[in-house]
Amino acid sequence: MKTAYDEMYATNGSVRDHYQSYAHWLKAMPDAAIAGKREEADIAFHRAGITFAVYGEENSQERLIPFDIVPRVIPKQEWTHLENGLRQRVRALNAFLHDIYHEQEILKTGRIPAQQVLGNSQFRREMVGVDVPENIYAHIAGVDLVRADYGDSRGEYYVLEDNLRTPSGVSYMLENRKMMMRLFPDLFSRQKIAPIEHYPDLLLNNLRSVAPPGINNPMVVVLTPGQYNSAYFEHAFLAQQMGVELVDGNDLFVKNETVYMRTTEGPRRVDVIYRRIDDDFIDPLTFNKNSMLGVPGLFSAYRAGTVTLANAVGTGIADDKAIYVHVPEMIRFYCGEEPILSNVPTWELSKPDDLKYVLSHLHELVVKEVHGSGGYGMLVGPTSTKEEIRMFRDKIIASPGNYIAQPTLALSTCPTFVESGVAPRHIDLRPYVLSGKEITMAPGGLTRVALKEGSLVVNSSQGGGTKDTWVLEGDN
Amino acid sequence: MLSSTAEHLYWMARSLERAENTARMLDVTYRMSLLKQALIEPHHEWRAMLSISGLHEDFEARYELPSAKNVLYFMALDNKNPGSIYHSLFNARENARAIRGSITSEMWEALNATWLEMRRIQRDGIDSDGVARFFEWVKERSHLSRGIAHGTMLRDNTFRFIRLGNFIERADNTARILDVKYHILLPSLRDIGGAADYYQWSAILRSVSAFESYRKVYRDQITPRRVAELLILRNDIARSLITCVNEVSQLLHEINGPHSSEVTAHCNTLRNQLNNETIASIFDRGLHEYISDFLEQIYNIGSLINTTYFWSNDEKIPVLNLTQTQTQTINGR
Repeated sequence: MKTAYDEMYATNGSVRDHYQSYAHWLKAMPDAAIAGKREEADIAFHRAGITFAVYGEENSQERLIPFDIVPRVIPKQEWTHLENGLRQRVRALNAFLHDIYHEQEILKTGRIPAQQVLGNSQFRREMVGVDVPENIYAHIAGVDLVRADYGDSRGEYYVLEDNLRTPSGVSYMLENRKMMMRLFPDLFSRQKIAPIEHYPDLLLNNLRSVAPPGINNPMVVVLTPGQYNSAYFEHAFLAQQMGVELVDGNDLFVKNETVYMRTTEGPRRVDVIYRRIDDDFIDPLTFNKNSMLGVPGLFSAYRAGTVTLANAVGTGIADDKAIYVHVPEMIRFYCGEEPILSNVPTWELSKPDDLKYVLSHLHELVVKEVHGSGGYGMLVGPTSTKEEIRMFRDKIIASPGNYIAQPTLALSTCPTFVESGVAPRHIDLRPYVLSGKEITMAPGGLTRVALKEGSLVVNSSQGGGTKDTWVLEGDN
Repeated sequence: MLSSTAEHLYWMARSLERAENTARMLDVTYRMSLLKQALIEPHHEWRAMLSISGLHEDFEARYELPSAKNVLYFMALDNKNPGSIYHSLFNARENARAIRGSITSEMWEALNATWLEMRRIQRDGIDSDGVARFFEWVKERSHLSRGIAHGTMLRDNTFRFIRLGNFIERADNTARILDVKYHILLPSLRDIGGAADYYQWSAILRSVSAFESYRKVYRDQITPRRVAELLILRNDIARSLITCVNEVSQLLHEINGPHSSEVTAHCNTLRNQLNNETIASIFDRGLHEYISDFLEQIYNIGSLINTTYFWSNDEKIPVLNLTQTQTQTINGR
């Protein structure tokens, strides 16, 4: 594989303009000072309990998601372009969700094969005809972007995935910034870096803007599966930052199609639930009957329009990998515009020609299960053994419709502190797009980094770390 | 406040208080068992200890003799016994963990450190000369957590639900400790007022840290009536029943809430009864009968707290019937 696009250094080895200021600063910093700061960051993260828990009574262990002190820097114009693209994309995705649960125009026109939507397990029949405030379904979208050289273009951004169910990680975005400001205050005085600390306010405003009609001072809560969930820290963090209650299923109950929470002062009506529980588990009466996490009757209250769920039920159909290929068409259809951000070129293995091509090029492609997530259930051809490829091939042949394939993109790299010093490591970017009465975003997002040399998998469950993400204000 | 948060706070405090009082009860039993009497059957004190805690069926199912060694292990370290100190400290920590954001970080760290140390002690075991030290340690950790709550927490309902748990559990436990004497065979008539009797009553006083207070208050010899009066009716004694009930009553008044009239009324009745009681009338009815009645009322107030504030009808409080297994689970999920 040829060298990937690097965020900091141009091909001739010179520092890119938007990294000049940081590069000067880094060069002047003694190694020992850097080492000391890295240690300080580790201790602070542990003490604050910003961990990712793997919990058991006897051997409780709490893992830290590694934090890297070299920021990912995005120049202003580049961000403006990304922001426009993200707004356009999320607008189209919400319009698509509204459409398929109502008129299904896009299916009628044949732009997306009806079978791929209606026959998809992520399509929630229960949502057909249900109206939601502002027609917004994906109130919080975490869109994964990668940057790569592909074909003739250099360092172009591609959308890798739209996460429209319960995207996580935003607490790391906020904590990383807090940590960088604490460790290196002088960096922030050298350059104008767009602030992100107001994200919890944006989120709260967004959630309040989609309260059921007629509610003046909506009560918002965060619904968590509980303290043993690996993202519990984030749920507690967001509730605390927004100043709202963190509840689990047992704190809520439904009476007369209205949701209440149990408080020491009696029942209090709940209007908006930012839920971090998957569709399957939110209401045992409608979905998974064995769910202990949800609230019996919640879906009936939702259908009756007395409570807003964020995100809405049934958003999984729009971020399904089989539907992903159709997003550019959605943008044309609903927005009447050409897509600003590109998809990664994708082969749909349900198509015989695509399948044939992919089967003969497995060693150079990435193959993904359409319903998989978290970096599981995928084949990265170039780094897999012959045996692994052979086994995956059998799975594909058994049910080709379950898979898509993409070229192995050399994700862009960013200098990162590793054992041996500073070295390039592959990164991605997850901006968080908030949709309510209007679309808002905190500039940047969460940058994840694959710490293993050559690795393209940035997921925290697979040894990924994170970086602070700077969007520069001003021209450089 | 969310009911579940209040419930975790309350059970965190109750569990910790229970660990402390179990240590106190074991301590008094241990002291009494050192006063060997020929008339009394072997292991008598330890059997009494189990029946006071309502745990003897559970014990008999898994152990043979109620020897000092077995009962101490069962009540202090046995992770299968929901009433053991080990389990109580686990419950305190797990309840705290669930509401970490509602308590100060010092509070959480103290409870967490206590639990980690408890786990180590359980793994290493306690040898016979470490028994007293272990009880001291449990009491100290409980004092520490309570002190941190006092020294660091905002005086809102969070603090009040913690205190409510403290005093409900303490009222229950002091009453049970006072009942120890009933469960231990009364010495023969000629021994009443004798050396054994004296040591047993003074052991009870020491177990609730009231020996010195007794001397200060009465400046006289130790008699059953005065011990009972001190631990039931004196409102200047930190662990007496009346002190606990006064505190509970005051806390319920402060917490208030739209549905709290029943529980408040219930508690006020008990407080008024205690305030109008004399030791003579208690002894006329019989001390054991009086205590049984008191425990039932505390149990009822606990149930009302459950339904009023926590929306819960679960039997999380031990049923009064002293022969029944005392159950205590980490509340919640």
